[in-house]
Amino acid sequence: MRRRLIGLLALALLAAACTAGGGGSDKPAATVDPNANHAPLTLTVWSDFSARELGVVTAGLKMATQKYPWMTIKHVGSKNDQDIQRAVNGGTPPDVAISFTPDNAARYCDTGAWQDLNPYLQSSKVDKAKVWPEGVFSYTSFEGKQCALPMLTDAYGLYYNTDLLKKHGISAPPKTTAELADMAKKLTEYNPDGSIKVAGFMPLVGFYGSTTANTLSHAYGAKWYDENLKPTLTSDPNWTKMFTWQKAMVDAVGYDKLQRFAAKLGGANSEFSAQNGFETGKIAMMMDGEWRNAFIEGDKSKVNYATAPFPVDPDQPGLYGSGQIGGTIGGVPKGVKHPAESWLLLQFMTTDNTYLTTIAHGLKNVPSTFESLKDQQLQNDPRFKPFLDVFANQQSTFKPITPIGQTDTDLMNTFTQKWQAGKVPDLQAGLKQVEDQIAKQLQLG
Amino acid sequence: MATTAERPAAALEQASTAARRRRRRRAARHRQLVALAFMSPWIIGFCAFYVYPMISSLYFSFTKYDILSQPKWVGLANYRFMFTSDPLFWVAIRNTLWIIAIMVPLQVLFGIVTATVLTRIKRGLPFYRTVFFLPTMVPLVAAALGFIYILNPAGPVNRVLGVLHLPEPLWFVDPRWTKPGLTLIGLWGIGQVMIIFLASLLDVPRQLYEAAELEGARPWQQFRYVTLPMISPVIFFSVLIGMIQGFQYFTQAFVVSKAGDRTNEVGYPQDSLLFYTSRLYQQGFEGFHMGYAAAMSWVMFVVIMACTVVLIRSSRRWVHYQGGFR
Repeated sequence: MRRRLIGLLALALLAAACTAGGGGSDKPAATVDPNANHAPLTLTVWSDFSARELGVVTAGLKMATQKYPWMTIKHVGSKNDQDIQRAVNGGTPPDVAISFTPDNAARYCDTGAWQDLNPYLQSSKVDKAKVWPEGVFSYTSFEGKQCALPMLTDAYGLYYNTDLLKKHGISAPPKTTAELADMAKKLTEYNPDGSIKVAGFMPLVGFYGSTTANTLSHAYGAKWYDENLKPTLTSDPNWTKMFTWQKAMVDAVGYDKLQRFAAKLGGANSEFSAQNGFETGKIAMMMDGEWRNAFIEGDKSKVNYATAPFPVDPDQPGLYGSGQIGGTIGGVPKGVKHPAESWLLLQFMTTDNTYLTTIAHGLKNVPSTFESLKDQQLQNDPRFKPFLDVFANQQSTFKPITPIGQTDTDLMNTFTQKWQAGKVPDLQAGLKQVEDQIAKQLQLG
Repeated sequence: MATTAERPAAALEQASTAARRRRRRRAARHRQLVALAFMSPWIIGFCAFYVYPMISSLYFSFTKYDILSQPKWVGLANYRFMFTSDPLFWVAIRNTLWIIAIMVPLQVLFGIVTATVLTRIKRGLPFYRTVFFLPTMVPLVAAALGFIYILNPAGPVNRVLGVLHLPEPLWFVDPRWTKPGLTLIGLWGIGQVMIIFLASLLDVPRQLYEAAELEGARPWQQFRYVTLPMISPVIFFSVLIGMIQGFQYFTQAFVVSKAGDRTNEVGYPQDSLLFYTSRLYQQGFEGFHMGYAAAMSWVMFVVIMACTVVLIRSSRRWVHYQGGFR
């Protein structure tokens, strides 16, 4: 009986081992001659676009089928990274995968889940340095593998309410974080009961998705890792500077007051609604991505506003004009049936300037190639241009991507919540703790 | 000693007995096979959807597995990491124990109190029973979203508290109030437990109360010495199920966390809502550490089994079954 049980267990373990984690292959493939005839082929694109945005991208993809008449594209929306990973694991990946989470690119490179595109780029004679600004490689490649390419991007900057600034006698947006703090103080208005009526600036990390420890750290040039992927939260003094500034901003108004104000605006859920604090004129200055322009228009907000790069550390004025960037990435998953054709489509989606500018207009995102950034319609929009410039700035980057994906930012966000609530008595000790936590997660891989 | 004439008769009888036995055995085997054939859909389902995944997850718990590549054998590394290195493992344990130690007993207590009150109502009992049971029908996500609105710092509850000049907590934004907030959701959805307690209370024989009354027992003494022992099997059942559900507590906390913070962080705010299963989800489905997540599920399985055994053993001392059945 015991032998039988052991035998059964061994069999089951063997079955589990044999069936687990099946996937495709990494067979290299030649590229397709784009000018040659080709048998009709349907390619599937998965992305997390939905509703209006899905329609914009699907319409844009018709340009690919016009260019390559043999190609039929099936664009499937609402597919997040988990769906893509499951499909790759199941051996039925989409021909081209689009992800909104560049943090995962390192994992895709590391595991080979998305193919290294360098051989394809060489075969197709695409000179990366001439096509894309340097910053995009911070979130599309890992350890020499270029397993993703940018398809549009996001850039972060400062939105400011011109009416409110004018009302308080301020004529230009802040260029340093010290100026931002001074202006925020002037612009903050209170109700008779002491609660906030208008916030000059919302320094609470996590209140809206764009104000994160990560985006703020860029203003101080704080580095996450050294070249050996060792966390540098304590060794880089810019983290301490950034957190000290951010806490002073919170304390100037009061954590409790800010939280209640945020709640009255509708909390985190108001970010992508007409109740957004900036759109309703209740927040005078706010860090946000370029897409806010489209939301302000879509929500029919009457706010008079302008945009500028986000202010930077007064001791590092050279950083002004740069910011955090990073957005939609695309790749060819391993195990695709027609890798050369998949590459051709991905190449179109990431390098065809007409396609990129068309969907950039539709989505109000930053197009990602040097050439598409020159688009006159976008360049002539004074509210959009600062974001184009931020993206093109050589110092703009995404945070370094690692095989642990978003875990490092999650740990940092939790620390920041405690920090801004006044629960961290010793900043250095707190940062050391986060550093250790990230290092331990990296051990797990 | 048998005679020569008796020998063949005995041999014949032995042979026929053996044949009868064989026929009986064959018939029994046939019956077993028929039973197995009828049970086979369940057996196949059980093996495919319970046994195989369990054994697979046990195997994965000893591997580094990220879904995308083949699992690599790492021995006990996942278990070692869990107990010695995972930065949030013990935070998750602490939060989970809070739910088991505070929320579960409160739910049981609230269930008993509500059911006791309902037994006293003379008119409109079906109405009140329905009212208290209705929340059970509401999906967990919808209930959590409803409470996010109600307990919004600028929401109706705080407005009432403000009018009464009472402190207005930040509820799901303030880590001190997040778990009490979830407890309120738990108490609101007490219907199922309440209905079982109500049935159990109505099942207590009247003559026991009459006898106690004749002995001079006061209402509290009647409750303590008659009601509680009589409903103790239901209390035991509620505590056991509550404890298991407490270990697996996830949905409400997940919804509340994700709704509260634009960084979409599980456990928001300040990891106060990071429960064991949230951490498991975080590692498995956000970090894609499936091997580690499998190890976490096995630890949870073993802990739940151990607690269940302890609870069942302890029940011999405090659970009273009518007729002495266990």
